[in-house]
Amino acid sequence: MEYFDTFVSILGSAIRLSIPLLFTALAGLFSERAGIFDIGLEGKMLASAFAAACAAYWTGNAWAGLGAGIFVSIIFSMLHGFASITNRGNQIVSGVALNFIAAGLTIVLGTAWFNQGGRTGQVPPEGRFSGIVLPGAEMMRDVPIIGPLYANVISGNNILTYIAFLMVPLSWWVLYRTRFGLRLRAVGENPGAVDTAGVSVVWLRYRALIVTGFLAGFAGTYLSIAQSAAFINNMSAGKGYIALAALIFAKWKPVPVMFACLLFGFLDAFANFMQGKSIPMIGEVPVQIFQALPYILTCVLLAGFIGVARPPKAGGVAYTKER
Amino acid sequence: MSTASVPLPAWINYGVIPLLNLILAFLFSGLVVWAIGENPLEALNFLIQGALGRGDAIGFTLFYATSFIFTGLSVAVAFHAGLFNIGSEGQAYVGGLGAALVALSLDHYVPWYVTMPFAVVGAALFGAAWAFIPAWLQAKRGSHIVITTIMFNFIGAALMVYLLVNVFIVPGKMAPETRTFLAGGQLPKLDWLMALFGLKLGPAPFNVSFIIALVMCYLVWLLIWRTKLGYEMRTLGISPTAAVYAGIPYVRTVIIAMLISGGLAGMMSLNAVMGASARLQVEFVAGAGFVGIAVSLMGRSHPVGIVLAAILFGILYQGGADLSFEMPNITRDMIVVIQGLVIFFAGALEYMLRPAMVRLYQTATGK
Repeated sequence: MEYFDTFVSILGSAIRLSIPLLFTALAGLFSERAGIFDIGLEGKMLASAFAAACAAYWTGNAWAGLGAGIFVSIIFSMLHGFASITNRGNQIVSGVALNFIAAGLTIVLGTAWFNQGGRTGQVPPEGRFSGIVLPGAEMMRDVPIIGPLYANVISGNNILTYIAFLMVPLSWWVLYRTRFGLRLRAVGENPGAVDTAGVSVVWLRYRALIVTGFLAGFAGTYLSIAQSAAFINNMSAGKGYIALAALIFAKWKPVPVMFACLLFGFLDAFANFMQGKSIPMIGEVPVQIFQALPYILTCVLLAGFIGVARPPKAGGVAYTKER
Repeated sequence: MSTASVPLPAWINYGVIPLLNLILAFLFSGLVVWAIGENPLEALNFLIQGALGRGDAIGFTLFYATSFIFTGLSVAVAFHAGLFNIGSEGQAYVGGLGAALVALSLDHYVPWYVTMPFAVVGAALFGAAWAFIPAWLQAKRGSHIVITTIMFNFIGAALMVYLLVNVFIVPGKMAPETRTFLAGGQLPKLDWLMALFGLKLGPAPFNVSFIIALVMCYLVWLLIWRTKLGYEMRTLGISPTAAVYAGIPYVRTVIIAMLISGGLAGMMSLNAVMGASARLQVEFVAGAGFVGIAVSLMGRSHPVGIVLAAILFGILYQGGADLSFEMPNITRDMIVVIQGLVIFFAGALEYMLRPAMVRLYQTATGK
């Protein structure tokens, strides 16, 4: 029973840690399926976390924070589009640049505005997304097995968590069951064909990037005003890259993306739990192994040892209309 | 006729356009400084004074530049072969392990000039080793080098923290770092070089690796433009299908290009580990690998351009530190913003001004 309680608590923290990954990986899904590589997910997450914390601090309204986070994230997405779609610049270079701009700007502006070495002010409770206790959670708590799972893993999360899981079927529906989704996937495989059909490649890719910015804005907001109560220097701490890894690990498909993010979130939670503990027979496992595991797994996958990860065919190439 | 296919003379392509992009990047940086309520011109003055005003300031500037030359060359060599190596950061980090192992094992017995060649080889070998798997995955398995090198940056960071915390740490000490190298494991400062110009180096860690960096610039130039291998790499970079058709072995060329790139990145650790801190520390690369991307882009992947761009970024790093001291409102991270803007304008938006330049050029020459 004791083991089960520990397991439930790890599972709960795994869910919390995988939410920012899930939003970000879904964000990357839309841009990469449209043929735009997005190394800049990390920067979008960071910039939106900062914007959300500032807005929530000033207005005391969590939804204003979310709005600001989404807005700034879409701005970053549009800059990426301006460079890589309109000016046909290198998409990797643009992403790297935007990551730097986000990393620097959040600290420079944060220090200038709040004078706390890059931290923003403490966001008041009403400016945060706090946990929602689902109906019956307290009643169910004493039911064996299902009770703790329901009370501690499914219930008690904030609204963004539930939105994240709703986004998974929604993304699937948009990508596979709407005209926009069909065209978006087509433009990532063969933009020439889309252009021949009379659909604007440029506008389609910009729309994909707007969706990317929108979703990444949730991820940043979750970090700064749902998981914590302020923006802290470099608080995304490489999560954008883990999300990118999850996206590849899931072979650019929405439902597997969810499982990949849950897996990587679980590894993170497990690493936190294992810190300083030792396993019988093996001894203390270095926490760095768990930190590196998402990246190692992704490389093993990319090497073709776990199925084949086939990226969208036109990814990373700017489209040039024939002259 | 579209402007994209109009040829422009080299002085516009390699001179005017990069310069204009750079100016744009600095204008936007000035805008940020102005937005937080400081005077951009005053800030620029502090920055330049802080980077070039005194002997030790110049020493620090050149010290940073040395690291950036190595990582810039690393990115450039891969770039010539059409490979985007984002992993210079991790390769430099693991390269530090090679340099440190050599320094730790030889510093008791021999003077620095005996250690140095072994350390150069050690750093390069370890850096190259860290580039090998991504290179092999790209060449044999077709997995994207950008993604794998990013992954290897993180794997390398985890590995190095593990080694420093659990293996190399000095018993009884808290800091995760190796013991301090003796004089035999350190690279001496170049105070005599500064003295030639009547400058005092002071505490600045400007050291012999600067000369190694310049030698590497020459060797990279030889390799890329004067050898068969360099020719094959450039062909591959311009058109992989043409290269394969011409009988250039794809797998071999990709792997060799990445090994050289990783080796150059690894040598950056000579400067930071053996030249400055005399010990291997956590996070000693401190973003130099990523600066290498900016340096290579700005220097148009040519060694001369890379040296100039590296010095520019050295000025930014050293001057930025001084600036944040003079204007506490502007933190040192302002240089990260400037760096991002430079990459954005000089790299991602490199074609933005081209159509306008073509029109200007056509009007001016009356065509």
